[in-house]
Amino acid sequence: MLGYILRRLAIAIPVLLILVVLSFILMYTAPGGPFNSDRPLPPEVMANIEAKYGLDQPFWKQIATYVWNVTTQFDFGPSFQYKNRTVNDIIAQGFPVTLTYGFWSFVIAVTFGISLGVAAAIRQNTWLDYTAVGISIGAQVLPNFVMAPLLIMFFTLYLGWLPGGGWEGGQWNYVILPVTALATSYMASIARITRSSMLEVLNTNFIRTAQAKGLPKQQIIVRHAMKPTLMPVLSYLGPAFVGMITGSVLIDVFFSTGGIGQYFVNSAFNRDYSVIMGITILVGALTIMFNLVVDLLYAWIDPKIRY
Amino acid sequence: MLLNRNAVSQLEDVPIEAVKGRSLWADARARFFRNKAATASLFVLIALGLFALFGGLLAQYERDFVDFTLIGSNAYKGVPSIETGHYFGTDSSGRDLYARVVQGTGISLMVGIVGALVAVVVGTLFGASAGYFGGKIDNVMMRFVDILMSIPFMFVLILMLVIFGRSIFMLFVGIGLISWLDMARIARGQTLSIKNKEFVEVAVATGVHPLRIILRHVVPNLLGIVIVYATLLIPSLIIFESFISFLGLGVQEPNTSLGALISEGAEQMQYGLTWQLYFPIAFFVITIFAFFFVGDGLRDALDPKDR
Amino acid sequence: MTLKSILTATTAVSLIAVGSAAWADGHATHPVTGETLASDQSFTYRDLDESPSIDPGTAEDSAGGDILRDLFEGLMNQAPDGTLVPGVATSFASSDDGLVYTFTLRDNAKWSNGDTVTAGDFEYAWKRAASPELASPYSWFIELMSLENASEVIAGDVDPSELGVTAIDDTTLEVRLTQPLPYFAQMTTHFTTFPVHQATIEAHGDDWTKPGNMVSNGAYVLSEHVPQEKLVRVRNESYWDNDATIIDSVTSLIINDEAVALTRYLAGELDRTDVPAGQFPRLQAEYPEQAVSVPLACSYYYMFNLRDGAPEEIQDANVRKALSLAIDRDIITENVLAGGQESAYTFTHWATAGFETPNIPMASMTQEERNAMAKELMAEAGYADGGLEIDLVYNTSESHKSVAIAVSQMWKQTLGVETTLANQEWQTFLEARSNGDYEVARGGWCADYNEASTFLDLMDSGSGYNDSKYVNAEVDALLAEAKTADNPQPNYDRVEEFIAQDTPIIPIYHYASVKMFAEDLKGWPFDNFQQNWYSRQLYKVAE
Repeated sequence: MLGYILRRLAIAIPVLLILVVLSFILMYTAPGGPFNSDRPLPPEVMANIEAKYGLDQPFWKQIATYVWNVTTQFDFGPSFQYKNRTVNDIIAQGFPVTLTYGFWSFVIAVTFGISLGVAAAIRQNTWLDYTAVGISIGAQVLPNFVMAPLLIMFFTLYLGWLPGGGWEGGQWNYVILPVTALATSYMASIARITRSSMLEVLNTNFIRTAQAKGLPKQQIIVRHAMKPTLMPVLSYLGPAFVGMITGSVLIDVFFSTGGIGQYFVNSAFNRDYSVIMGITILVGALTIMFNLVVDLLYAWIDPKIRY
Repeated sequence: MLLNRNAVSQLEDVPIEAVKGRSLWADARARFFRNKAATASLFVLIALGLFALFGGLLAQYERDFVDFTLIGSNAYKGVPSIETGHYFGTDSSGRDLYARVVQGTGISLMVGIVGALVAVVVGTLFGASAGYFGGKIDNVMMRFVDILMSIPFMFVLILMLVIFGRSIFMLFVGIGLISWLDMARIARGQTLSIKNKEFVEVAVATGVHPLRIILRHVVPNLLGIVIVYATLLIPSLIIFESFISFLGLGVQEPNTSLGALISEGAEQMQYGLTWQLYFPIAFFVITIFAFFFVGDGLRDALDPKDR
Repeated sequence: MTLKSILTATTAVSLIAVGSAAWADGHATHPVTGETLASDQSFTYRDLDESPSIDPGTAEDSAGGDILRDLFEGLMNQAPDGTLVPGVATSFASSDDGLVYTFTLRDNAKWSNGDTVTAGDFEYAWKRAASPELASPYSWFIELMSLENASEVIAGDVDPSELGVTAIDDTTLEVRLTQPLPYFAQMTTHFTTFPVHQATIEAHGDDWTKPGNMVSNGAYVLSEHVPQEKLVRVRNESYWDNDATIIDSVTSLIINDEAVALTRYLAGELDRTDVPAGQFPRLQAEYPEQAVSVPLACSYYYMFNLRDGAPEEIQDANVRKALSLAIDRDIITENVLAGGQESAYTFTHWATAGFETPNIPMASMTQEERNAMAKELMAEAGYADGGLEIDLVYNTSESHKSVAIAVSQMWKQTLGVETTLANQEWQTFLEARSNGDYEVARGGWCADYNEASTFLDLMDSGSGYNDSKYVNAEVDALLAEAKTADNPQPNYDRVEEFIAQDTPIIPIYHYASVKMFAEDLKGWPFDNFQQNWYSRQLYKVAE
């Protein structure tokens, strides 16, 4: 097992390298550039800027320098958009924010999602099932850009209970609304996957055998049905967890939380090359890492799985 | 499940020859139509399709016709009314919302169905192959998915726009490119566990071709979770379409989609023009509920363990 | 307790709190107006986005400018009506040929660490802003000021020490120009010309703009800065005119979504926010004291692609003029935007200083007359029965979309022209526009300074901002002549007439700044055309 983990970690390096090169190519071929605006800069000003940020170098050299700086000094370079900040600054400031609201969203989405899904499955076609399905669909039809303004209108304007945005270092009253908005749709998906997975498991022979033996239902669910039920949920949770802790652009936009979620879209809009690369590598590394964790958990759930 | 169990017991009473005579698909169809919610939802979906195709005949106005006397006085003149012929009121540009909802429903149904189909076909086959073959092949295939999940996808879309120009077809390509990734992960996770089951081991021992094993033994056992995930994917793809259009690739004014209408409605909701959100979101809700129940019905109908 | 009674109780408590605070602080009154001041003098406003920089040398956007005018003080300031008043400089004199300016600085101006602000600080700041080493995107402003050697310094041909600015002594700054600029003194109110503290920059490098490091000479100092969330500045006790400052702390909150910002304003979290397009009439009816619209120095227009190889149809001036005539601007300004914008028939904003809007024939016609004339012109061009198809591109935004929808329908309903609308993401849009990859594109231009040439120079065939690629030798000559003319107005009239006749662009409307202001906030410089405001001019009155 240890050998497997090491092999997977070793392969992460070339994978990230491919990711870096691909993203670089995409970024540079896309129209526009970090210093284009509706007032084109005079050529001499542009020349200074390109020299400062190394954009006057040949393409392969830019990639090489970038990879060298990242690997040897963990230096992701200066932001092109924000003149006095480096990519390290931006991630160091924004990542803890999204990590906080993402973590709580994850905890809430998983707890409620799985409970709701299991409850719906073991009482299939009862009012409990219908309610759970109703809630999970309801949560899905209110996309974040509808949900977020609604939450703000209700809790900030009408009730005046919670601030309508900001982060203030993560004080609890600033965290509630972003977490609610982010957790809801994930919760809905987890509930639906759990419900369906549980239904299938309950229908398999070995559970039927257990039922036929007259084992108490609760025991069957907890001892036998739960683990296999979690397989597809886990597959979903790997990428979902990365999605949650790296935040969501809509959460940052609507609640002014200052997390890194907004940079996914904004840095691309601004063609802030170094920030795009920093974010891409962060997401790439987290994706690879959590997919490894998921694979290890598979083996724990189903000991027959060998890699 | 009750319905299906009855179905099974009924089938058991039928002479063997009769069962053999019916194909798997006919069998599944019969099960599907015994599920009332699924059948009803299928009709709802068909009705939505007909609405999208022919609903425009009922509209009193062209979907791009701007009534200049209504712009700016939407709040009292543009309200939904049978008398004015604006059944759903007008949008903020003074256009008939009914005609726009008709058109938006059509686009969004197509986006949802195409995206889900690509996800189901490509994602399932890719994931099942990776999981079944395992080892190095699995590692390479899944790291490929990791890379696609992490690259700045926005640039892919922008480049598609620049290279191929704007068209609905490109929108579907864009949707298709991203929709199958999570599905592949989920399918692979399940396959890891399925391939250790006796029926697969038996097939392997008897020398069945791997591709046949995947198609005949693995994929049918994946279908339950695959269909559920596909129904989860549909609403997010419908919303994602509005982001693609935001970049300039997809649906452009005066055409529209449910995603675009909902996002406009969400903005206007905060100014008190609530109907601009209610009508598109109502169609969105109906669509998603219908897909959910059809998915649930399909899952039960195709579940191999019930046979 | 029901919800309603809880609310009533809370209101009662807060009323008591406010009442007693006002009583406790009842003595504070405004020194000029005598109004009773509120005890809480904090001002919170919404910004759309994080500014790229709050270093005067590299700053580039107007929101950053708002922050910098609080943190730093330049040679001259703008009074609430936009006129020039002393800043760090108490006076200035220019030589007879207008090429040398000498500024006399006050001796009591202090940095927030107690150091005296000297002429040397300005010299350092200007040379730094122009230096290739800093590579500031706004270094072109130094070029715009026509400082001696500015272009050469930026191009790296000459050392920054050769730039035409010298501190004669601590309180005398000499500036040498390459051409006389009537509005030069106005330019010293711009943030690029603000002084910076050399020792701080040398000690902290790029980190000097962080709270705690930054040393500034304005009425406020930076106390907290969380990028993408908020920026807080508090009163600078060392500021020479600190006694006249009333607002104690200023907070700018980044709120990307304007509808959410409005909700938060209505919930009392903000003192100032933007009014979304189309919402002004409703808000004005509901909150007459709070919704305000004032002219803003920008023009909104559509441009035609006049390059060789661009589609043939729009190379016909009649077609272009017909399209311009068929746009009912009043519908766009009164119904679509409805925020006090003005219909535009000239490119230059009507409120530009010293500019008298010339009488363009189209402006005095009724829309029916315009439509009739448009149809005639189209018939002449051979499109009597429609048949013209046009691509219109704009960058993705709700309000650009609304305008484009309305315009395309006007063209369709009046002229039978079929318009294909296309929105593009900003950078893609810019590239398409500057490469001439469009037929009709949306444009917007904001004044760099308050004079008509800031708009009309775009029509110069050599201008880098002339995205239409409009070439007219007469216009070029008129613009060149206007630079040195005692009264450039006749030239400007002629250029505007050419624009109306040749229609390289269709002016559509002149911007307005449409905002909500908390009722207790006073002193806002509504008469300032560029909307350059200083927090130290503001105050809050007790209710």
